[in-house]
Amino acid sequence: MMNSISRKRACATLVVSAALVVTAAGCGSSAGSAKSATGSVQFWTLQDPTNSVQQAAVDSYNSAGPGKVAMSVIATDGFKDKLRTAMGSSLMPGIFFNWGGGSLTDYVRAGKLVTLDPALKSQFLPSALQAGTVDGKLVGIPARGTQPVFLFYNKKVFTDAGVQPPTTWADLTNLVQVFKGKGITPFAVAGNATSSWTELMWIEYLVDRLAGPGLFQKIAAGDWSQWKDPAILKTAQMVKGLVDSGAFGSNFASVSYGAGGTSTLLDKGKAAMVLMGSWEYATQQSADPAFAKDGLGYLPFPSVEGGKGDPADVVGNPTNYLSVTTAAPATTAADFLKTTYSDSYVAGLVAKGEVPVTVNAKQALAKAPDPTYAGFQYDLVQKAPAFTQSWDQALGLTLGTPLLTEIQRLFNGQDSPEQFVSGVLAIKP
Amino acid sequence: MVSVTSSRLVRNREARRATLALERPGVAWAVPGLLFFAVFALAPMAGVVYLSLTSWDGLSAPQFTGLHNWSRFLSDGQMWQSTLVTAVLLVGNIAVQAPISILLGVWSAGHQRNRAVLSAIFFLPLLLSTAATAVMWRQLLDPNFGVPAELAGLLGSANLLGSQGGAVACLVLVTSWQFIPFHTLLYQGAARTVPETLYQAAAIDGAGRARQFFHITLPQLRNTIVTSTTFMLVGGLTTFDIVLLLTNGGPGTDTSILPFTMYQTAFRTYDYGYASVIASFLLLLATGASFVMVKLSGYDKMTSTLEGM
Repeated sequence: MMNSISRKRACATLVVSAALVVTAAGCGSSAGSAKSATGSVQFWTLQDPTNSVQQAAVDSYNSAGPGKVAMSVIATDGFKDKLRTAMGSSLMPGIFFNWGGGSLTDYVRAGKLVTLDPALKSQFLPSALQAGTVDGKLVGIPARGTQPVFLFYNKKVFTDAGVQPPTTWADLTNLVQVFKGKGITPFAVAGNATSSWTELMWIEYLVDRLAGPGLFQKIAAGDWSQWKDPAILKTAQMVKGLVDSGAFGSNFASVSYGAGGTSTLLDKGKAAMVLMGSWEYATQQSADPAFAKDGLGYLPFPSVEGGKGDPADVVGNPTNYLSVTTAAPATTAADFLKTTYSDSYVAGLVAKGEVPVTVNAKQALAKAPDPTYAGFQYDLVQKAPAFTQSWDQALGLTLGTPLLTEIQRLFNGQDSPEQFVSGVLAIKP
Repeated sequence: MVSVTSSRLVRNREARRATLALERPGVAWAVPGLLFFAVFALAPMAGVVYLSLTSWDGLSAPQFTGLHNWSRFLSDGQMWQSTLVTAVLLVGNIAVQAPISILLGVWSAGHQRNRAVLSAIFFLPLLLSTAATAVMWRQLLDPNFGVPAELAGLLGSANLLGSQGGAVACLVLVTSWQFIPFHTLLYQGAARTVPETLYQAAAIDGAGRARQFFHITLPQLRNTIVTSTTFMLVGGLTTFDIVLLLTNGGPGTDTSILPFTMYQTAFRTYDYGYASVIASFLLLLATGASFVMVKLSGYDKMTSTLEGM
């Protein structure tokens, strides 16, 4: 009797657990590729202060046209992982935010992306479009402000020392000695392994100044043997020279990026300069508004004597992009992309402190929170013959991650300049 | 006589009822658990083993490549280094955490003044998520604005995360800080079950505090030591969040332990096939380690420390 009861119960539990398994398995379905030209589009964007501007663009688009756009805001951490997983599945978004360059290469080669209308190009600054083009196809159009990398300095530290910020490499090496003598770290750099991209910026600029933008373009296009170029070894030697002369201080390998780390070092005058992306201004502003307004100076990366590169070149993140996948109804997606250079969208970005890379942005910048700073960046980008995208972004994570490790080892003195070159060459046999 | 028979009858009936109640439940009761284990553990494991034989970027279909990834694994110097660092961290964590949590646990099992208040304070780190812990410690370990800056005389340039030794020490420190409360709790519970009479008898025989600790408390805690060490061992083989957030495997690749390398291979360089090899290797390692633990300690025999009491 007891046995029969337990058997019945066992059967019931079996049925319940089987049902659970079926429900769990049934979770991944729906979506799929687009059939009609108009319809609803899933739009994935990165969580940041400009989301309200995008939401406004989505709302006005939805109220006007037959197509509908549904925006999902996704946190920075894990955005790329989430996207990668979705792109391999049936839940692929129709439009998504991205960093251009290497982050798109895999998707283009897997046939997931739609080539965009070349007529869109006339709406944006040419140097910002390069990273949206993969294998000669336009697959991403700018959707955010530009983020060039340049030198920031603490004005008070320079006044106290009676010196001027560097415009040439010779100036720079002299300043290293001046500040070292005063017990001030000449350049703050975040060498903690979580932020070694701040070290990468030095390599990017030195290679550009020594060899011009062409060298990295060849590498990014797939010719990995270009790392054998003498300019790479020379760059590594110059970095070693800086490290050995104490340009970054003695404990930079433990320093973190941002507030509490490099930004605070600059703010408190413990470091004289920092090479950082344009967002440093915003970081300083939220930590110490008075310093951002009056104490923070900025200027382009110095020229390097004897180098082949144009000193007007910049490196950094040209901008962020929107790309369209095969899952999106074509007409709806194409129409929605037009909102990214509308006057209202550009004005919205400017109000958030961004510097848009659209041709109509110049007038809008007069209304920026700090028009001088916004104008400096816009001019820098507009006048730049080449805007090299951050290498880790341009190469994609597959090559960018081991490259960052090699750069760390060079800065830490774990590898000599020669070992650095052979180490990088070994990443892609 | 009659009363004796009836009482025996009653006893027999009670005994039979007891055996009925003690009778092992039918196999059917294990089915839901087994089913969940099969669907959420065994099936993914089989999937990982299959993927380890393929080349897969997550976008296109996996390409079967046989044992290519495995032979690459065996000749990869980085993997041996990762395995070594994993082992060093494991041993370091056990060596630091076990003694401290045994002492704290035994202490907090007592009835001293302030015990409850202090125990509550010791318990706090367990309530924080690992992510919060790691971010907080990264700030605390900052060489210019953190604790090392204040101890400059002791630590020199305070370049703690910049050297392999320093980074490993920091990882052990932070992990221990976070997990000692958990193991303390295990030992506290176990120390409370040690019968008071044992200590009273020892005191009569003239045993001091240290002697009582080594000859009564420690042997009585044997099973808990095994449980706690197994937790540390298997947990240590799967931790990676603290490494990701505190050192990101650096300086260079000096603290890239196996789980971290697995994560990086899978989700940074999108080489799922090779990452699956590392995952399978970890699976073997963790299974082997807990098997050896159980065998060495006689844990599988489950003998009670209270036998004969």
